[in-house]
Amino acid sequence: MEAQALELAQSLLAFVGLWDPLKGFIEPAWHTIWTLLKIVAIIVPVMLGVAYYTLAERKVLGFMQVRPGPNRVGYWGLMQPIADGLKLLCKEVIVPTNSNRYLFLSAPVLALAPALAAWAVIPFDDGLVLADVNAGLLYLLAMTSLGVYGVIIAGWSSNSKYAFLGALRSAAQIVSYELAMGFALVCVLLAAQSMNFGDIVRGQSSEYGLFGWFFIPLFPMFVVYFIAGVAETNRSPFDLAEDESVIVAGFHTEYSGMGFAIFFLAEYANMILITALTVVMFMGGWLNPFHGWPLIGGLTDAIPGLFWMLAKMFVFMYVYLWLRATFPRYRYDQLMRLGWKVFIPLTLVWVVVVAAWMQTPWWLW
Amino acid sequence: MNFETVLFYLFAAVTVFAALRVITARNPLHAVLFLVLAFVSSAGIWMLLEAEFLAITLVLVYVGAVMVLFLFVVMMLDINIEQMREGFLRWLPVGLLLAGLILVQMVWVLGDEATSVGMTPVKHAADYSNTKELGRLIYTDYVYPFEIAAVLLLVAMVSAIALTLRKRRDSKRQDIGKQLKVRREDRVRIVSIPSAHSAGVVQDTSNNGHTAD
Repeated sequence: MEAQALELAQSLLAFVGLWDPLKGFIEPAWHTIWTLLKIVAIIVPVMLGVAYYTLAERKVLGFMQVRPGPNRVGYWGLMQPIADGLKLLCKEVIVPTNSNRYLFLSAPVLALAPALAAWAVIPFDDGLVLADVNAGLLYLLAMTSLGVYGVIIAGWSSNSKYAFLGALRSAAQIVSYELAMGFALVCVLLAAQSMNFGDIVRGQSSEYGLFGWFFIPLFPMFVVYFIAGVAETNRSPFDLAEDESVIVAGFHTEYSGMGFAIFFLAEYANMILITALTVVMFMGGWLNPFHGWPLIGGLTDAIPGLFWMLAKMFVFMYVYLWLRATFPRYRYDQLMRLGWKVFIPLTLVWVVVVAAWMQTPWWLW
Repeated sequence: MNFETVLFYLFAAVTVFAALRVITARNPLHAVLFLVLAFVSSAGIWMLLEAEFLAITLVLVYVGAVMVLFLFVVMMLDINIEQMREGFLRWLPVGLLLAGLILVQMVWVLGDEATSVGMTPVKHAADYSNTKELGRLIYTDYVYPFEIAAVLLLVAMVSAIALTLRKRRDSKRQDIGKQLKVRREDRVRIVSIPSAHSAGVVQDTSNNGHTAD
């Protein structure tokens, strides 16, 4: 693939007559250039996805509340995210007095960078992954746990009590739910016997289609993982970090313009990431749900894996919005109780159950 | 000098710089953030040594969890910076002594033939899994030390909880079980009151805030 791409680049550049002057630069650095191109090919769709996810959220919430949602900019409001982005770009970035200027400006970067870096190990199809590393699952856990720094630093450096309270709430929440999330992932790597995401998906392939996926033997973990993911991304009904009726807007109260927009991007990129992870680990990733079934299995096997991956992700992205439209916000003590007294004991027990189950002949996955 | 050597010196320089700033930074929060940087760059060095499991675990556990709690505590403390800096010169000899001690220990361990520095590390094949190797060692050769360490941690955890868990009689607390058991019937009683039919009833004026206009 890499060599063919180089040939393509060579013929394209030769066509415009730029190959000879650039040859000395491109050929030795081709591996780096090719990796950068692959990064762009992941980041651009993710960012577009984020933009249109915000529109989808407003539309879905609108339909659930029997109102049209945004419908003025472009057909069905399709240009709304672009208009919002432009508006935020043009706004003044306000740095509050007595805030810690460097930390205040670097906090959005610290929030967005791990949210994007985590996409490196997500497989979109068999072999379609930027970095096929063996410790992929660990890397991902590390990246998602780094996102909390953006929130904490934003809250502290703003020199505002609302931002600070939001940051403290968020830090406690993320650290608590990360434990449950980590144990759920331990179950997955037990079942798949690998930390490589490609192997995790391949471990779910069988002749029974969707009955071979891990969400069946690990059903409690699947539910815990998704709920912990909602809590980890500070989304409703666990959005206490930006509880607008109590602490204005939480940790990003003092941010305006692009600073605010980058926090927004990070939050939505993280949401899409959680859906991608849920799909890869529990819902068979790029696998065809009907594979091996009579008639329908043969008909659907021709559909590329990327389609299944995205289709499954869309379902979970919709669930995120559905949750937001349906449930009232948790109280803080209820949130902590759910994390520490329900999820962590449940996941701890299930790790042992899965480990024991795998030693018996009744483990069919 | 190949690319890996350049990376090593870069990470090493960042680690040393960050470690120095941890003890010289005026603001305790900055010190904690520099400690985070030191952890991340040492994870980079471990990654260069093909110890990817340890490197990622360092980021995951120390940067992702321990340092977050550190930050949490430091942000909530009311620290007087001047008071903290007062004893710097006074305690400097003690600090230097401790640093010297650690240096001697490290030279002693690393200078040994078995764990020698002089040995050139062998590059592993592409299918080498650091995680698998580590797991095999922990659960076979070093299973007793590993289990003892685990039990020690468990004891520390239980005792920390036991120390802080005390029921105060005078504080109000919620009983979540009781809260969840509450049914609508316990709280709400719907009664049907017959409406007044007599002609003398005047129109209800309690709603005058919302009169139609």
